[in-house]
Amino acid sequence: MEWGIAGITLGLGGIGILSLYSAAAQGIPASTPPIYVKQAIFLVAGTALAALVAAVDYRRWLEYAWILLGAAGVLLVGVLVLGKVTSGSQRWISVGPVSFQPSELCKLVMILALARFFQMHPSPRGHYGIREILFPLVLIVSFALLIVAEPDLGTAILLVAISVSMLLLAGLRLGSFLKLSLLALVALPIVWHGLADYQRNRIRIFLDPQQDPLGAGYHITQSKIAVGSGGLLGKGFLQGTQSQLRFLPEHHTDFAFSVWAEEWGFVGALVLVLLFFALLVYGLRVAYRAGDSSGRLLALGVVAFFFWPVVINIGMTVGLVPVVGVALPFISYGGSSLITSLMAVGLLVNVHMRRFMF
Amino acid sequence: MEFVPSDEQDLGAIWKRRFVWASVAISLAFVVLVARLWQLQILEGETFERLSDKNRIRLLRIPFIRGLIFDRNGQILADNRPFFNLMAVPVEITDPGAMIQRLGQGVQMDVQAVSASLREAKRRAPFRPVMLKEGLKWEEVAWVETNRLDLPGTWVEVEPRRSYPYGKTGAHLLGYVGEITEDLLRNWRGRGYRVGDRIGKCGVERSLEPYLRGRDGGLQVEVDAQGRQLAILQEVAFEPGADIVLTLDMSLQQEAEEALGDRAGAIVAGDPRTGEILALVSRPSFDPNQFSEGITPEAWRALMEDPHRPLTNRALTGQYPPGSTFKIITAVAGLEEGVITKDTALLCTGHYTLGNRDYRCWKEEGHGFMRLREAIVQSCDVYFYQVGQMVGVDRLAKYSKGFGLGQPTGFDSDQEKPGLVPTSGWKKKRFGEPWHQGETLSLAIGQGFNLVTPLQQFVVISAVANGGFIVVPQVVKRIQGVDGRVLARFEPQYQGKAPASAATLKLLREALRGVVHDPRGTGQRARVQGVDVAGKTGTAQVVRMPEKVKGKHSALPHELQDHAWFVCFAPVEEPRIAVSVIVEHAGHGGSEAAPVAQRVLQAFFRRADQREQDGNLKEAAGIQGGVGHSGHHLGSGRDRDT
Repeated sequence: MEWGIAGITLGLGGIGILSLYSAAAQGIPASTPPIYVKQAIFLVAGTALAALVAAVDYRRWLEYAWILLGAAGVLLVGVLVLGKVTSGSQRWISVGPVSFQPSELCKLVMILALARFFQMHPSPRGHYGIREILFPLVLIVSFALLIVAEPDLGTAILLVAISVSMLLLAGLRLGSFLKLSLLALVALPIVWHGLADYQRNRIRIFLDPQQDPLGAGYHITQSKIAVGSGGLLGKGFLQGTQSQLRFLPEHHTDFAFSVWAEEWGFVGALVLVLLFFALLVYGLRVAYRAGDSSGRLLALGVVAFFFWPVVINIGMTVGLVPVVGVALPFISYGGSSLITSLMAVGLLVNVHMRRFMF
Repeated sequence: MEFVPSDEQDLGAIWKRRFVWASVAISLAFVVLVARLWQLQILEGETFERLSDKNRIRLLRIPFIRGLIFDRNGQILADNRPFFNLMAVPVEITDPGAMIQRLGQGVQMDVQAVSASLREAKRRAPFRPVMLKEGLKWEEVAWVETNRLDLPGTWVEVEPRRSYPYGKTGAHLLGYVGEITEDLLRNWRGRGYRVGDRIGKCGVERSLEPYLRGRDGGLQVEVDAQGRQLAILQEVAFEPGADIVLTLDMSLQQEAEEALGDRAGAIVAGDPRTGEILALVSRPSFDPNQFSEGITPEAWRALMEDPHRPLTNRALTGQYPPGSTFKIITAVAGLEEGVITKDTALLCTGHYTLGNRDYRCWKEEGHGFMRLREAIVQSCDVYFYQVGQMVGVDRLAKYSKGFGLGQPTGFDSDQEKPGLVPTSGWKKKRFGEPWHQGETLSLAIGQGFNLVTPLQQFVVISAVANGGFIVVPQVVKRIQGVDGRVLARFEPQYQGKAPASAATLKLLREALRGVVHDPRGTGQRARVQGVDVAGKTGTAQVVRMPEKVKGKHSALPHELQDHAWFVCFAPVEEPRIAVSVIVEHAGHGGSEAAPVAQRVLQAFFRRADQREQDGNLKEAAGIQGGVGHSGHHLGSGRDRDT
């Protein structure tokens, strides 16, 4: 166990709670206990789960990969069925007072499953063609479709991005990758055709938030103003012009970064961005030094797991990427996201701890 | 940093390359993010600071313009005109009470209620503009504009609202536009509708709502503390709705409406070959403009409670007994089933006895021996009692359905009523009683359980005219974008063929011509100078007259008087127009409905003559100008006309 990763995680978690404290200072969203307290509870619970993830040898986890993936699939279908009943978007499964989003967990389990697949199918020359990875492809597509149907396009995009990153890192040939991309382009309209009307509408709104033209990119403008007006040193803790962000309905989730950047300025934003960068570098190092190739792929999967949402979410708040419902790990409010992120860190630590064990 | 490769044989050059790629990709992405942050926060920081502190950003809606509706000749039937709403952004109004008080000096409104709702809006969604009052009068607009410096946070929004230049004429067909209901808002979630949106409520406005509707645009405007506009930060243009070109001929529609006058009833006129509707009248009518302006509760109640039901589209939803017009179908059934030929002679003594009941003919003294043609021309009841009896109820039902009765025509499935084609099985189910022979007699002359709509009657008479094709009436010719690009074109549609041979239909057309042109015909009042007209009268009893009491219907109160029917087409040889007319509680079809149809036909052929003359003139001009292809000239002239 290294202190570095603990420091990075704690730093990110702390920034998340600080920023939520500020976001909720105006009492929006109203919640008891306040959302930053809830987030702190999730942080503690998540750390405990992360420890559990780290405690069991990742090679053992890999053996369970298929069972875990099956369970995740069942949960996704369950959510879909429940969602149909309530005729809206249903991403949550509730057990008593605790509810969580299986789609979040799904990303993590998919990393395990892919690592397991390549562990079981080593390639003597380190390369794979489409035919050899047909099975994981089918898995990825079916899970992505299940998540799209919820509909949670943001998570589905992440799942695909993470999985494809892993396929490439595991040795999928570039030519095969291009062929697959082409195929996906052709297949998209067919999938679109198969969706229910309300699902299509949701995706339409998702792809084109300006469908609410009154907004006319309002969220982006507001987010850019919030970030930009932070200047070098920011407006100070709790001093952000909340008036500018109060009507961003997701200012505590999707636009949490804007709140932080407004109050802490370029310096604060840089600290946060560098913490994420440090996390990714740590992940790469763990992968580099991993004891075997399955551990290596596992660690690389976790790197992708963090890389994509960070880039997409921050890119969105600064107007580089279209508005997509993707949470910023550790910073956006949300138990499922935070706990899964911590478990992912646990997986990294796991691989790191067992780098000398064969 | 010291890397200790622990898995020597695995970590070859390949893995190293992958790590390099991953590191480069990650680093690149982060460099871009940091550069962007630098740009926003350091380079443009001051600009954004100004935007966040000193000024405000206002979101303005740019309402879309609803598609126009034209008739076949390019007359505008549904237009838009500006409507002025008083808007406010709650957060910019420090003291809602005082502001509304001030506004109350120049704008008529309920000061108490409006300030309360503004306060509420300020609490819930302070940045979302709210409407303080819709439909400002001119002097109110002027007052707000002159005093705008004292009214920060408010402005006048211009919104296009529907207007119908022809008012009540064609109102049922066009429909009207009103505010979306909460139920629809729930059902249409995800389609981009918002509270307060205005949608088509009936008629074409409703059925073509997806086309007519455009998309609002939006403006992000930077304003200073006084509400003065400084800059436009972001603009999204509105998307106008698509225009609709109908098959309707508004001048014919006007003529038809006038022909019916103050009487309640309906007219459907159209092309029997294609089912294109030229006029569709339902009277009494309403003024769709009053819905555009926001109908008052009193006006709404008055419309709803009016005993003459002006909102009802009688042409589609009025279900009436067909009366003697049904003899057309009885005749087809008789011929096709072989129970009669055109030469079968049946005796009419003025009444027909079945069991212990007497069924009368409308002609007390009887018609004597009748053959089919004469029976139709003189509309002999007794002849058709006998044919009906021989055919039987269920075979009559088969032919009724074959002509499209008992089901919606497919014109507007949301609104249309199906009418009723009774069968013995239907009666058993409905009343638990067996079918009586006598009921077949009533059925055969259109006085039984059978019910039809004026639109269905149009389909029936069109089928007779066009050689048996069951048309699906259509009123939309094409849909076109504002750029004139055609988005959809509507081709004629048919729901199969009537169960009648060409010979039967020919015979029928000849007989129906006799109804209008024979000296004894019942429909002589539909004659049109120079045109062969074929038609059938019908008089649908509202109450059965007591036995032996001779029909002095005029003595009955109005609502118990018979409905007058007339269905027709012309010219007989090459039919170009078919008309179905019902005049409620008017009396005899021959005397009341036929003259109405006559006016419609006259107007149609007057226009057709004119068109032909225009065409000939153009043709002549074309030849003189040395341009050949005179035939095409006529065609192009017609094209422009349609």
